[in-house]
Amino acid sequence: MAQSTLAQEPQVKIERSGDKVTARIVGHWTAEHAELVESFAAEIGAEADQHHVIFDLGEVQRLDTLGAWVLDRTRHELGERGQAADFANASPEQQILLDEVAYRGFQEQPKARHSKAMDFLVDVGKSMAGAGKDLVDGVAFLGELVSALIRVVVHPRRFRGTALVNQLEQIAYRSVPIIVLISFLVGCIVAQQGIFQLVRFGATPFVVDLIGILVLRELALLLTSIMVAGRSGSAFTAEIGSMKMREEIDALRVMGLDPIEVLIVPRILALVIGLPLLTFISSIAALSGGGVTAWLYGDVSPDVFLSRLREAVSMNTFLVGLMKAPFMALVIGIIATLEGLAVEGSAESLGRHVTSSVVKAIFMVIVLDGLFAMFFAAIRY
Amino acid sequence: MLDRHHLPIDRNREVVIRVRGVEVGFGDRTILNGLDLDVYRGEILGFVGASGQGKSVLTRTILGLVPKRAGTIEVLGRNLDDLSPSERRLLERRWGVLFQQGALFSALTVKQNVQVPMREYLNLSDRLLDELAMLKIEMVGLKPDAADKLPSELSGGMIKRAALARALALDPDIVFLDEPTSGLDPIGAGEFDELIATLQRTLGLTVFMVTHDLDSLYTVCDRIAALGEGKILAEGPIETLLASDNPWLRSYFHGKRARAAMASDS
Ligand SMILES: Nc1ncnc2c1ncn2[C@@H]1O[C@H](COP(=O)(O)OP(=O)(O)OP(=O)(O)O)[C@@H](O)[C@H]1O
Ligand SMILES: [Mg+2]
Repeated sequence: MAQSTLAQEPQVKIERSGDKVTARIVGHWTAEHAELVESFAAEIGAEADQHHVIFDLGEVQRLDTLGAWVLDRTRHELGERGQAADFANASPEQQILLDEVAYRGFQEQPKARHSKAMDFLVDVGKSMAGAGKDLVDGVAFLGELVSALIRVVVHPRRFRGTALVNQLEQIAYRSVPIIVLISFLVGCIVAQQGIFQLVRFGATPFVVDLIGILVLRELALLLTSIMVAGRSGSAFTAEIGSMKMREEIDALRVMGLDPIEVLIVPRILALVIGLPLLTFISSIAALSGGGVTAWLYGDVSPDVFLSRLREAVSMNTFLVGLMKAPFMALVIGIIATLEGLAVEGSAESLGRHVTSSVVKAIFMVIVLDGLFAMFFAAIRY
Repeated sequence: MLDRHHLPIDRNREVVIRVRGVEVGFGDRTILNGLDLDVYRGEILGFVGASGQGKSVLTRTILGLVPKRAGTIEVLGRNLDDLSPSERRLLERRWGVLFQQGALFSALTVKQNVQVPMREYLNLSDRLLDELAMLKIEMVGLKPDAADKLPSELSGGMIKRAALARALALDPDIVFLDEPTSGLDPIGAGEFDELIATLQRTLGLTVFMVTHDLDSLYTVCDRIAALGEGKILAEGPIETLLASDNPWLRSYFHGKRARAAMASDS
């Protein structure tokens, strides 16, 4: 069937008699032949100078909306030039179709015009305003979260223990393997690089101080936070976002359930509990990696490694790293929630917000870590 | 009321969809069990059945979205199992589908949604692409300002109309409509029925319409097929179904609501 439609190309036969031009429309005037249809229609328009034009549809084999539209458009354009134009020999079906598509102009929706420089300034302004709004939203949401937490504390029966345990499994337990693996590897790399440089000064054993302090104060926490932001923050935004898209959040609300209490409190609590645990695990893994490398590559035996480690790090080195973890968890959780709730109807918007949730969370984790570094330096902790 | 039966419709009873012995199931549940059905060219077939009997499943099976366990399906004279991928593409551009939930692409505006199949299959100038999309949007009764809206900004009825505009984008031979009037107000549903009838007349469509709407069945459907227990319980013009003594059909067509629809129609 497809072959036969392709064979029946549209044609037009133009005949003049007196002051009349008859355009005999032949063949398939359908969307498959859009280009031909349009060019023939233009030809009719061009040929028909100052004449009365008749479109003879007697020999049309197929006419679809596109064909009818283009014909009627041509007729309308002739009319605008002050020429009479009519259809003849249209079958009843074709006439209905022609009436149905009756040509009308579709005005373009006016589009605002800008210069490039203007667009750039507008973009900069918008992103500054957006950043400011994010900050305000974040603080406002923190308030809501705290008030939800207080409600949960006051009415412990409203606390969703099962959801919390489930989230802990998703966020903490299931990310243990990957975090152990990358921390171990990073520990190895740092130790290897440290030894490589320190051996020139004959100070190889100091690699233990390097690893101990770096890992416990900064590295373990940063690695874990970035991993959790990528792994759980994104999942969290996608879950909340797709629930928002399908009006599930609204459904909770109209049932008198508070979405923050039901969905968000368990997740953020799980993050706040899980992240310090993961940071601890990550520290141990990175120290082990460093220890193994120091032993194999720098001839620092495990005994020496452990005793030097005890001298190099004090309790507060360890606590500094661990203390920061809940704050990082809070930042990741709040950003993920806000991005999830900002999702609008489309799948594209969901994707965009998941991406920006991860990017913003990692960015904020690093900024916050910098602020903490300044703070701890100032109080000499 | 539309007086469509007086129009010269060429009825040579060409079968455009022929379903034979189709069996479909999920896990150990059989939904369709040896189902036979014919759809003739140029007719509007209403497909009824209780909720969950498998009306959507049959539609999706014909469209090739659900695998069948047995049976054959022929569309426009071609067995769907024997088609090469390129033949299948040719066939797919000759049918349009209105899904039960609309299934508009959420990231695209209504106009872009309508243009998706046009861009894919046709070689149109930009001007025609715009004009045709706007034409289809107006034909289904949407206001021009709906064209630049995203699906999430539309009401339920507007989504149905926009999805119909997309289904009609290529002037298909066959359209599958899964509950086109559900969720519309009665006046809107009536308009939608008339719209389908008008389009069927002007474009020579064959319409396969799953519906629960008794008014649609009375006013626009040429033939009705009823699904039950995985088979066609009865098919034919509405009089045949009214005369059936199947208990479900009796309560369907002779219940309170059915009597009201019948009364308003006559
Ligand atoms: N993907 C699937 N997996 C398992 N079961 C399915 C699947 N799709 C449909 N079903 C089952 O098949 C049966 C028929 O479903 P279908 O959607 O066709 O119903 P329907 O007749 O269209 O009903 P309605 O009028 O409510 O739309 C239902 O019992 C449903 O649970
Ligand atoms: Mg269904």
